[in-house]
Amino acid sequence: MKPSHLRDPYWMLLPTLLLLFVFFVFPLAMLVKHSLFSWDLLTPARYVGLGNYRSLWRSGELWHTFGTTLSMSSAVVVGSMAAGLALALLLDRPGPWAAFVRGAVFSAYVVSWVSVGLLFLWLLDADAGIFAGLWQLFTHGRAPRWLADPALAPWAVAAVTIWKITGYALVIFLSGLQDVPLSILEAAELDGASKARRFTSVTWPLLRPTSLFVATTSLISSFQLFDVVRVMTQGGPVRSTTVFVYAIYEQLFLDLRVGRASAEAVVFFGILLLLTGAQFLLFRSEESP
Amino acid sequence: MKRGSWAISDLLRQGALCVVALVWLFPYLWMGLTSLKPLAEIVSSPTLLWPKQPTLDAYREVFHALPLARYFFNTSVMALGIAAMQITLALPAGYALAKLRFRGKRWAFGLIVATLLVPAQVRFVPVFSLLASVGLVNTLSGLILPFGVSALGTFLVRQALLSVPDSQIEAARMDGASELYIVYRLLAPLLKPTLISLFLFSFVSHWNDYFWPLVLTTDEHARTLPLAIALLREQGTGVRWHLVMAGNVILSLPALAVFAAAQRHLLRAVTIRGFGG
Repeated sequence: MKPSHLRDPYWMLLPTLLLLFVFFVFPLAMLVKHSLFSWDLLTPARYVGLGNYRSLWRSGELWHTFGTTLSMSSAVVVGSMAAGLALALLLDRPGPWAAFVRGAVFSAYVVSWVSVGLLFLWLLDADAGIFAGLWQLFTHGRAPRWLADPALAPWAVAAVTIWKITGYALVIFLSGLQDVPLSILEAAELDGASKARRFTSVTWPLLRPTSLFVATTSLISSFQLFDVVRVMTQGGPVRSTTVFVYAIYEQLFLDLRVGRASAEAVVFFGILLLLTGAQFLLFRSEESP
Repeated sequence: MKRGSWAISDLLRQGALCVVALVWLFPYLWMGLTSLKPLAEIVSSPTLLWPKQPTLDAYREVFHALPLARYFFNTSVMALGIAAMQITLALPAGYALAKLRFRGKRWAFGLIVATLLVPAQVRFVPVFSLLASVGLVNTLSGLILPFGVSALGTFLVRQALLSVPDSQIEAARMDGASELYIVYRLLAPLLKPTLISLFLFSFVSHWNDYFWPLVLTTDEHARTLPLAIALLREQGTGVRWHLVMAGNVILSLPALAVFAAAQRHLLRAVTIRGFGG
């Protein structure tokens, strides 16, 4: 349509574009610039070229952070997808009881990360937590220190994250199941296909685009995990839960190293872009959900 | 035979549903019960389900120790401000992108879609120093402005407006309606379901936000509720779990209440967010 005044579209877009420029475009440029400097926020910044990137790479910090983030995210994606799909199949039925259980699972997705983090910190407390108490009741031994043992802590945090975000996978899988035509399922049943066979031959292939979608979106969002780590473990014990965003936060606010924090943020952004690009390519080859 | 196996599978299904409900609801129940116990009971018997002497002391102490009214005020102003600003700005921008012909439209649209790729966790370092340089650290404006525009919201409003017929807008123009009238009085009501979902989702996610207030506030002045409740655990000698859980009840109840009242809209928001971006 023709605007009634030539200037109309511009003032309508002006506030949006201005804010996007100030809070998205300009910060990205500054981020790249800061990453080339050594700066502690107090003394003047000093140009160091690619020094920050080199030291991140050489110290092995980058690999460690990447490895931690990747393994925790993978556990979260696999766990929440498996749970979400199983629950969707279980709960895809009418009636108030199923609706209530759907609501219960999804409520965890709506409550804040802080609430969930504090809640599980208490449930998993090694001394007076209910899990430790039950463990002692049944095994008469001391419960493992889930959050104080570097071998267990990443998986404990991942499990809490799965509990929180399974509602997301559930909702998307439920809406995917709506698109599986009943007529095909009924035809398969008439042909004598068992329940399991109907799932593997009809439902699952039709859900493929949906699962791909859930997998990529949850991977991208679990790469950005921070709150639950900050509340539950502060990156520890011995950096076993130091995921990307936490590492950047730590560099900036605890070590006051703006340059290194920025360099790490640039790398992190690059990884997110790669993941998004991979998602885009995957979807172009599949039909969209 | 057939009927018998039906009953068994139905029983299994009901059992599974109960287990699922327990796994997701027990933590809330435990939170509530802990907040009603005195500290001595909590420490001495971890598996005691029901408080022997239920008391509201923990709530009294939390209300006494924290300026909760201020935190409530800060959090509400921030979350409402962000949600309202996002919707107010997304409407004219989405309208221009969906309905008007002008030079540079593809660039504007491209920029908006591109910013969908930049999460707050990437831009916080420079945004923090930017806001620090203009004195907006520890202010509510500093908490609101960086989220005042939602690229996703603008995109979704544009998508929704594409299906509104041009003739409806032209008719309004013939009647002498201004563009502002068309955007806020004619089109906004047509998009009501989308806007409600966007508003609620934005409100709840910023009410819950921990990262940005953590980065941007250093004192009481603009502190928000999630931050204050998380601090409750970090302060003091030993962790007083009854206080932390009382605080947690206060923090999570509003979100759960919004959820209970508007579950349909929030579900809708998740599905359109999911498939829109």
